[in-house]
Amino acid sequence: MTSHYTESKNHTPTPRQIRNSWVWFHRFGSSSYFYRVASRWAPRAGWCALILMVAGVYMGLFVAPPDYQMGDSYRIIFIHVPSAWMSLSVYILMAVSATIGLVWKMKVSFCVSRACAPIGAAFTFCALVTGSLWGKPTWGTYWIWDARLTSELVLLFLYMGYMALDKAIPDRSTASRATAVLSLVGLVNIPIIHYSVEWWNTLHQGSTVFRMDGPSIDTRMLIPLLITTVAMNLYFISVLFNRVRCELLDLERRTQWVREIVHG
Amino acid sequence: MLITIIKRDLKCVSHNLSGAIQPIGFFIIITSLFPLAVTPDPEALQSIAPGIIWISALLATLLALDTLFKEDFIDGTMDQMFIAADSLYVIAFARIISHWLFSGLPLIVMCLVIAMMLHIPAYTFDALIVSLLLGTPTLSMVGSIGAALTVGLRYSGVLLTLITLPLYIPVLIFGASCISADLAGFPWTGQAYLMGAMLVLSITLAPFATAAALRINMS
Repeated sequence: MTSHYTESKNHTPTPRQIRNSWVWFHRFGSSSYFYRVASRWAPRAGWCALILMVAGVYMGLFVAPPDYQMGDSYRIIFIHVPSAWMSLSVYILMAVSATIGLVWKMKVSFCVSRACAPIGAAFTFCALVTGSLWGKPTWGTYWIWDARLTSELVLLFLYMGYMALDKAIPDRSTASRATAVLSLVGLVNIPIIHYSVEWWNTLHQGSTVFRMDGPSIDTRMLIPLLITTVAMNLYFISVLFNRVRCELLDLERRTQWVREIVHG
Repeated sequence: MLITIIKRDLKCVSHNLSGAIQPIGFFIIITSLFPLAVTPDPEALQSIAPGIIWISALLATLLALDTLFKEDFIDGTMDQMFIAADSLYVIAFARIISHWLFSGLPLIVMCLVIAMMLHIPAYTFDALIVSLLLGTPTLSMVGSIGAALTVGLRYSGVLLTLITLPLYIPVLIFGASCISADLAGFPWTGQAYLMGAMLVLSITLAPFATAAALRINMS
């Protein structure tokens, strides 16, 4: 990393300047700054995620009442639904940070995008597996060609394509920009794929949380669901930051600040 | 410049006809494998024929995609064209059009023969042709992005498949359901309109993405 916007200035901006301008944004473009912030927040987010996850799973398993139709088997939603939400939002974050990288030529956002892919793929896989395990007692089969399952599967393919392209291109800067274009194309395609499979076949139950007339899910079920969702997000932040740290150290291995960290 | 590139591609194809008919040969072979593997029963074949035709069309398009930009990229023609046209968008658009002319268009002609072999009744031919006419250019458009992204790689066939096929799913769904609906006696204009919408969207956006991907690999 040779140049950076704020570091090239002689004076440090005052808090007011930071608030009033885009300086905070450019700060995040600095690898060393992002590395420091990520190192500070990754463990904190991780611990919070662990605590919330334990609390949420406990409430989900022991406090929430059984479903009047599905009995206890529904309790997998406390993992299944957050992973499914995460799988999509991680893709969006991946594409958005790739776009930021393309537009403002920020290496850090390419690193974020690249770090998102395996995590998002893992969430997608998790959603598919838990969904299939849940499908057995409720639908009587592990897999069904239902719209949501299919679009989740396609999402997994999109992640795999992203990672495969990233691995295949030897030059790192070319790979970052090529995968950025691919993730953008995927982002345009996701709604199209979603609606096309939606109209093609549907068995999956409709949404019970995001509705115009308020959630139709029982509050005692909703609260643990929201807690595990927040825990999943924090877990994602923690893992993402750690991955980005590794990416940055690798990318900037010839710079002074990495040497200082490595050699103490 | 657009016309010039297409004319050049026409000339190249006329010098190397065997290369140009490969996708069609591939299309015929794939479709004739299905009766052998599944069943020769006319009624059963008729019910899966839309899927067979569309999957084969998808794969045939994909086969021709690998060389869409690669030859020009490797021997430096791409650089020369870029200098002459000063716009990768035009080059990408021209190459996509010629890709469709040599893989999509012959496929539409050929599919009538295949349709008869799969016992699709003649009254569904309009749905068949309209769906392929709207769908195959979309496939060329979307596929060109994948071809441009992998243009710098020596062995890109499988990778190209992996990144392109998920993007083809909407076309596959509506293309096949267009024919199935007509077979079952339902109106199929809804699917056709959606395919038209996808075609317009892909013509609007895909060449930009393709040009961007080419630029990334050329720098």
